[in-house]
Amino acid sequence: MSDETLPTFAALNVGDRVASREVTLTRDSLVRYAGASGDFNPIHYNDTFAESVGLPGVIAHGMLTMGLGASVVEEWAGAGNVVDYQARFTRPIPVPALGEANVAIEAVVGALDHDLKRARIDVSVTFDGAKVLGKAQAIVDCA
Amino acid sequence: MPVNVETQGRTYGPFEAYEVTRIKIREFADAVDARSGAHFYPEIAAAEGYRDVVAPTTFAALIAQQAEFHVVTDPEVGVDFSKVVHADERFTHHRPLVAGDVVTTTVTIESITQRAGISMVTTRAEIVDEDGAPVSTVLSTLAVREGDQ
Repeated sequence: MSDETLPTFAALNVGDRVASREVTLTRDSLVRYAGASGDFNPIHYNDTFAESVGLPGVIAHGMLTMGLGASVVEEWAGAGNVVDYQARFTRPIPVPALGEANVAIEAVVGALDHDLKRARIDVSVTFDGAKVLGKAQAIVDCA
Repeated sequence: MPVNVETQGRTYGPFEAYEVTRIKIREFADAVDARSGAHFYPEIAAAEGYRDVVAPTTFAALIAQQAEFHVVTDPEVGVDFSKVVHADERFTHHRPLVAGDVVTTTVTIESITQRAGISMVTTRAEIVDEDGAPVSTVLSTLAVREGDQ
């Protein structure tokens, strides 16, 4: 953790929106994440394969979506200051071969532990009017 | 063949050490749109109190997944990878990963639960540094469909 960049705990209130970002995903984004992460499951770049396993087409890596959410929190909290982060993958984000998928990310203070000076930041990632992650929560240790 | 619940508790590794590099952190940070300067520039990381550039929050997934690969390819566990979807993931960071870290990972099949033709396989990857001190714990759950569902 870095004391230099930590948010001031006393200034936080439950319900505060601390950060938000809109992200445009293209096939390029998925190929880039595949290379960076080493996750080369073809459902993330091959439409024929994706359809053969019952998907509507190529979908974004759940871990890419989760990582995008983390980046919004971490830019606000300071690099290295998220001590715990979890999410469930509840809906896929189809990404067309041509064109793009636009997602909206918001980070809101969900709970404050005043004894430990830890903030729970609830992350929502919305695509096509629906949230794609469940119980996406990041813990920022402000002590 | 359904997933074999008898393999619950099985542990794999530790595997070959993973060396965290500046270039991989930068590549990963670009891929997840991480924007803090401390992911990219050693001098910014140093000003924030770090030994070197800092890995983004979910970077540990790529280290954990290399270990989890041994679980999903173990024929005795019986995961059909064409019938897998990622259900959930959780990172607990005991300290941030930084460039220069050399870490090793041990992965355990934490639980296997089955209902309605779906097996939920949860793995726990423990990532430790060269001194054996804990760095990150990564919990990951795969949902595996059975049969033709």
